[in-house]
Amino acid sequence: MKFGILVNEGPFNHQASDSAYLFAKAALEKGHEIYRVFFYYDGVLNATKFSEPQSDDRNVVKNWQKLAEDHKVDLVVCVAAGLRRGITDASLAPGFRISGLGQLIEAGIQADRMVAFGD
Amino acid sequence: MSILHTVNKSPFERSNLDSCLNHATKGDAILLIEDAVYAAMKAGTFAARMTDAAKQFKVCVLGPDLQARGVDPAGVIDGVAVVDYAGFVDLAAESNAVNAWL
Amino acid sequence: MEEEYEGGVVKKFMYVNRKAPFGTIYALEVLEMVLISAAFDQDVHVAFLDDGVYELKKGFNPSVSGMKNFSNTYRALDGYDIEKIYVEQESLDERGLTADDLVVEAEVLSRADMAALMAGMDVILTA
Repeated sequence: MKFGILVNEGPFNHQASDSAYLFAKAALEKGHEIYRVFFYYDGVLNATKFSEPQSDDRNVVKNWQKLAEDHKVDLVVCVAAGLRRGITDASLAPGFRISGLGQLIEAGIQADRMVAFGD
Repeated sequence: MSILHTVNKSPFERSNLDSCLNHATKGDAILLIEDAVYAAMKAGTFAARMTDAAKQFKVCVLGPDLQARGVDPAGVIDGVAVVDYAGFVDLAAESNAVNAWL
Repeated sequence: MEEEYEGGVVKKFMYVNRKAPFGTIYALEVLEMVLISAAFDQDVHVAFLDDGVYELKKGFNPSVSGMKNFSNTYRALDGYDIEKIYVEQESLDERGLTADDLVVEAEVLSRADMAALMAGMDVILTA
């Protein structure tokens, strides 16, 4: 089954991104496909390459990057929401790409289920 | 047709769970995650409402989020199933759509 | 964009607004989502319940708080062929509002009818 995932919050104020990541990992382990993970609202902040968590904490940005690397997961950051929050090509972490909000709607159409995580 | 509803906020702080329960329909599943796991406990003012909900809907709670908060799964309301992330994925796959009550 | 959807899949999308405007950005950014979805020839439903009904209230003047006014966009939705707009009766009642207080002509549904409508959706995005 194809899952689309929407992440609405940034990496640290809320558990949303961690929950979404663990859901995605579990889905992949069960043999499902992640059609796309779309980052919207403050969720775009998951894609900053400038995040430097303390060494004893998990690195949310790196978790997503590794998932994308290991499983070819498409990580898409909304361009409009990103611009507002300073996420541009200059601040984008490798493994993510910036595109339009249409990519979320398209994921809703193409994926069998959309699962959202937020505040 | 059935929907998986996810709720992620403590019912003591927000109305998400209340709103979810008011809009779920027969045959739906409800999964409590993140801070909503506190709603699954036998002790507390939400127990009666959730016990009732568990008779109408398939109510589940995310085990890892219980453990993270030091909440003993033995204290979960009878009729509420404890699932892991794989179980969360199964619930989503079994439903026609997922509605996150954000 | 149509050629990307040669499969001709039409799904029932519902955007559920549950949050008041201005205090957080959700109302504005959901609206941007709704506008984009108009380009995809899907069966779009926009629902307002709980504090989301405040998003449609007449008389916004957010500039005094330094905020952007996006109230006109709700009125422009039918220009984008987004005509399935629903407001929940109980949510209005709880807040002392009536359909006359709103900037758009929406279909007012009881909570039970709103629940029944939601039950038939393929994609539900709530904020």
